[in-house]
Amino acid sequence: MADTESSGNGKAFQPRIVAFFCNWCTYPASDLAGASRMKYAANARVIRLMCSGRLDPQFVLAALREGADGVLVGGCPAGDCHFQDGNIKCRRRFELLLRLVAQLGIEPERLRLEWISASEAEKLRDVVEEMVKQLKELGPLRLEPLPRPENAGVSELPSAAVAADGGPP
Amino acid sequence: MSKPKVGFTWCASCGGCDEAVFDLAEDLLQFADSLDIVLWPCAMDFKRSDIEAMQDGEMSFCFASGAIRSSEDREMAALCRRKARWLVAFGTCAHLGGVPGLANLDSRESLLQTVYGDALFGNASPGQVRPQHATEVPEGTVSLPTLDESVKTLGQVVRVDYVLPGCPPPTRLIAAALAAIVEGTLPPPSSVLAPDVALCKQCPRIESKPDGPLLRELRRPHEHEIDPEQCFLAQGLLCLGPATRDGCDHACIRGNMPCTGCLGPTSGTRDFGAAALSAVASLVDSHDEHQIAALVAEIPDPAGTFYRYSLPGSMLHKRAGGPAGGGPRP
Repeated sequence: MADTESSGNGKAFQPRIVAFFCNWCTYPASDLAGASRMKYAANARVIRLMCSGRLDPQFVLAALREGADGVLVGGCPAGDCHFQDGNIKCRRRFELLLRLVAQLGIEPERLRLEWISASEAEKLRDVVEEMVKQLKELGPLRLEPLPRPENAGVSELPSAAVAADGGPP
Repeated sequence: MSKPKVGFTWCASCGGCDEAVFDLAEDLLQFADSLDIVLWPCAMDFKRSDIEAMQDGEMSFCFASGAIRSSEDREMAALCRRKARWLVAFGTCAHLGGVPGLANLDSRESLLQTVYGDALFGNASPGQVRPQHATEVPEGTVSLPTLDESVKTLGQVVRVDYVLPGCPPPTRLIAAALAAIVEGTLPPPSSVLAPDVALCKQCPRIESKPDGPLLRELRRPHEHEIDPEQCFLAQGLLCLGPATRDGCDHACIRGNMPCTGCLGPTSGTRDFGAAALSAVASLVDSHDEHQIAALVAEIPDPAGTFYRYSLPGSMLHKRAGGPAGGGPRP
């Protein structure tokens, strides 16, 4: 990802969206949007999952930690899941995740779950456009870097002493 | 052959981890035959100058408990790192931040305001006096440690070689770790000195855990007469056993209380709270989106439930936004 995007160094803020699309509905919808030469915001980086039910909440937090301003999840409409109810499983986790991130100071509007079938390229376009607009209003997500020992300025035991010891006794 | 030197020390800790070492009882005396306990401020009279007087790497193992949340904690962590060849994050606070880590849901300023500025505890100080780092008195300058902006894990300020998790660490795991030190059978560094299996796998109630979604309503322990045999989740009580590392001998389960997740995650998980959230939400027994939302809304405090012991060690680490918390900074 280009560093200039979220840094706001003179350029307009371009939100970074990480998009998790299911293999059977939303990913083909994005294919169709491309094949139909639809024009829409290029802010979403798509990651294909075999099913929205594969979405581990850790993926969402990892995306935010690694610099996403928002996360979009796309799955099959209710009743159309290729694996019967993977999309509902996604919904169960997503609802609770929205409440969790709100407590951690992240606007729930940064996370979005949409059911977009393989034929709904227009809906996909509209959702991405809407989300980009909303994220521009919210501004960049600023998380402080995770604390790390190498940044804590602690002088280590000289490595020779450790090497001489070899390993735990 | 000289006995391996072992130390126990504490940072932002309640002392429960040291208490768990005392719980070794007579076994501790046996270990004292083969280990030299050179540092243990909670149990014996040790001053900081005693640690400073040690040579670098003099201790073989240092068990450090407690989270890191003040200048004093950071200095102690750095000191132990220098004086010990192998540093063990001892207990959940050192491992993942622990209960004190929930302070990361608030800013330092709002914590100080609550404790020293508001009359919450009936001790609002006149003129809102706050602890000062340095104060002039006739005898000279006296100083207090300063409170950090956020709570950190031990591994976030110094390199850590081993983790012995738990709140407190189970006595059986402490005994096993000390025995491994004596016998020289410790696993390679960066290991967690606890079984790598979820609590559910070993739970005495596992037979009554239904296979599929099972949560139709949520109950809180005080609202419900808890069946002492049946799976807590099957009773509608939030139990974090599916996401939590085993090794505790199920003290809570045997005491008829659900697991709250103190041993942290198993090795495949990066963020305990997200994994526990996923495990619980997956059990919601509804296909109706409104019903799902209504049911998860019954969990009053998701962050406090799923990150009870692990917020500083989580991917987000602390509440996002400016010092006042809340939305993005301008």
